[in-house]
Amino acid sequence: MAQPIRVLLAKVGLDGHDRGVKVVARTLRDAGMDVIYSGLHRTPEEVVTAAIQEDVDVLGVSLLSGVQLTVFPKIFKLLSEKGVDDLIVVAGGVMPDEDVVALKEMGVKEVLLQDTPPAAIVATLERLVTERGAR
Amino acid sequence: MGRYVPSLDLIPRVEAGEMGAIGRLISRAESGTPEAREALATIYRRAGKAHVIGITGVPGSGKSTLVAHFAKQLREQGLKVGIVAVDPSSPFSGGSILGDRVRMTELATDPGIYIRSMATRGAMGGMARAALDAVDILDVGGFDTVIIETVGVGQDEVEIARASHTTVVVSAPGLGDEIQAIKAGILEIADIHVVSKCDRSDANRTLTDLKSMLTLGALTSARGEWAVPVVGVSAISGEGFDKLLDKVNAHRRVAFETETGLARLARIARFRLVKTAENLLIERFTAAAERLAPKLSARLQRRESDPYTLANEMLLASAQKELADEHA
Repeated sequence: MAQPIRVLLAKVGLDGHDRGVKVVARTLRDAGMDVIYSGLHRTPEEVVTAAIQEDVDVLGVSLLSGVQLTVFPKIFKLLSEKGVDDLIVVAGGVMPDEDVVALKEMGVKEVLLQDTPPAAIVATLERLVTERGAR
Repeated sequence: MGRYVPSLDLIPRVEAGEMGAIGRLISRAESGTPEAREALATIYRRAGKAHVIGITGVPGSGKSTLVAHFAKQLREQGLKVGIVAVDPSSPFSGGSILGDRVRMTELATDPGIYIRSMATRGAMGGMARAALDAVDILDVGGFDTVIIETVGVGQDEVEIARASHTTVVVSAPGLGDEIQAIKAGILEIADIHVVSKCDRSDANRTLTDLKSMLTLGALTSARGEWAVPVVGVSAISGEGFDKLLDKVNAHRRVAFETETGLARLARIARFRLVKTAENLLIERFTAAAERLAPKLSARLQRRESDPYTLANEMLLASAQKELADEHA
């Protein structure tokens, strides 16, 4: 039997807006995925530790506070320090187009902005996990 | 990306306590492939050192919060703590939202703590099928105490007591009276009763109900030398946790050093064996059922046959397929 895709959805930093991430969590649950939710105000260290312990396929970081260019470099630095090379990192939220370009250069696989339909989020994660292959 | 490390090769890294390898092997245990089970066979033989504590109770009773506080206390004793936190899968999509970590944020980056969330994936009894494999993996990974937090249970999900050395049942105030307390089921399985949220004014009533329930059964439900305690705790004020730690430590000695404890270890092994056989049967049967159900259930719907005849036919076909596979 195929294993459900495991996703960690994380809110990092001083950002109390979690309506969006909860809608995404519910959407992914209803698409048959196991969704681990971090809760609010996590640090990059906490998120990376959780992603490793939970052995998720996808780490989705939701940001509505504009600090993406501070948070994601920290996450990638920690991941490389800990030797994690097969985690799919995805960003979600509201952010300027030039930041999207910068994040993708850093290694973020997809940036799902505020106007992404729920079905497209599901399809994107399924595609990324398929492209990665078995691990 | 995408390179596959064989499960057997993960074992030395698990033994070295490497977080990533532990996490990956638990995922493989969940997938249940033959390749993974070969590695789990080795893991089981090397496990058996950790004190396994089961924590159960109704949804919202405060299990995760209790686990977070309690794990912190165990850390202060210098013990490494693994936590397997189970939440339900959706009966419709098969997906889940695993939210127990949210209550355990204080533990998040302590290297002596490992938290793993698991979905039930249709398993009954309050645990996930791979939960006990995960316990063994954490045991081999060097965790001294492994806590299994069950799903929020009803009155009847008592499997945890058959798999853990020490079972803690968490009750919250305001959810029933002394009649609820003497009913059969979950309240019977506790080695330690905890009443959570003891900062609330109605908590004393719950403490009293549980204590009087225990005295009613004092003559008939003896547990050897162990007298089941009732401990009130409050995560807000911190009260009661020292007492809980004392009781758990005392029960650990009972579990590993007394006749009562040895008898329980034998029952745990027996449960593990029977449960594993049951899971394998379900796996094989489910495969057969998926293949045969559409045709057979159509006949049932047309009332050309009856449920017992067709169910027998299905079981027979499943067994025959298995025999054929064995000879192949």
